[in-house]
Amino acid sequence: MNIPTMHVIGLSAVLFTLGVLGVLVRRNAIVVFMSVELMLNAANLAFIAFAREGPNLGGQVFVFFVIAVAAAEVAVGLALIVAIFRTKRSIDIDLVSQLRG
Amino acid sequence: MTPDLIVFFGLAAVAIASAVLMIASSNAIYSALYLVVNLTASAVFYLLLAAPFIALVQVTVYAGAIMVLFLFVIMLLGADRVELKPGLPMQAPIAVGLGFALIVILGYGLMSGVGTGAEGPILPVDFGGPRQVGEVLFQSYLLPFEVTSVLLLVAMVGAIVLTRDEPKAQP
Repeated sequence: MNIPTMHVIGLSAVLFTLGVLGVLVRRNAIVVFMSVELMLNAANLAFIAFAREGPNLGGQVFVFFVIAVAAAEVAVGLALIVAIFRTKRSIDIDLVSQLRG
Repeated sequence: MTPDLIVFFGLAAVAIASAVLMIASSNAIYSALYLVVNLTASAVFYLLLAAPFIALVQVTVYAGAIMVLFLFVIMLLGADRVELKPGLPMQAPIAVGLGFALIVILGYGLMSGVGTGAEGPILPVDFGGPRQVGEVLFQSYLLPFEVTSVLLLVAMVGAIVLTRDEPKAQP
C-alpha cells in the first residue's frame, strides 16, 4: 500500500486533538476515560506509521506494549470509577476533587 | 488520486466522524460503540500500513476485551444516562479554542519537521507479520515483555482490591 506517512501522522494529530477535546469537555468519568483511550490510539497510529517509514519493527513492538499497558490501565481505572460510584453515587468528574473517600 | 488514497481518506473520514460522535453523544453506551468503530477503523489502518499482526491484536484486545470491560461497567453502574449538573460556564468554547490551538501547533510542528516523500517506503517481504514481530519481541524486547506480564498481574490484583466490598467492622 502506498499511503504517504505524513497523511497518517496528520490523521493521528487530529484524532489526538479530538481525544484532548473529549477530556476537556465531558464530565462523565467513563467518557473522559474513553477519550484517553482515543489519545493512546492516535499515538499508536503514529508509531505504526513511523515503523513503516523506518522500516523498523521496534515501533510495532512498542504498539504491542502500549496496548498491554492500556489494558492494565483500563482495568485499574474502571475499578477506581466503580469505587468512586459506590461512595459518591455519581460519576461526575467534578465531584472527585478530593482524595478523601 | 490512487485507489490507496481513496481508501485512506474514506477510512479517515470514518475515524474522525466516529471520534466526534463519541465525544458528542450524551449516552455513554453510544460513546462506547462509536469508540469501537474508531478502534476498528484504526485496525484497518494498521493493515494498510504493513502491520497485520498489530491490527489483529488491536481488534482482539482493544475493540474486543477492553470495550467489553467499558460496556460492562457502564451497564453495571447504570451510568448511561446520568444527569450531570452543569459545569463551568464557557467550558466547551474554551476547550474548543484550546483544541484548535493544539492542532495548529501540531500542524506547524509537522510542517516544519523533516518531510517525507509522497510515496511509501519499500518494505521487505512479510514486514509486520507474526513471525517477524515475534522474533523482535522475544529477542530484543524480552525483558520488557516479562515486565509487562508483571504489570498485568499487578493491575489485576489492584482491580480486585479496589472493587472489593469493605469488610464489616467488628462490633
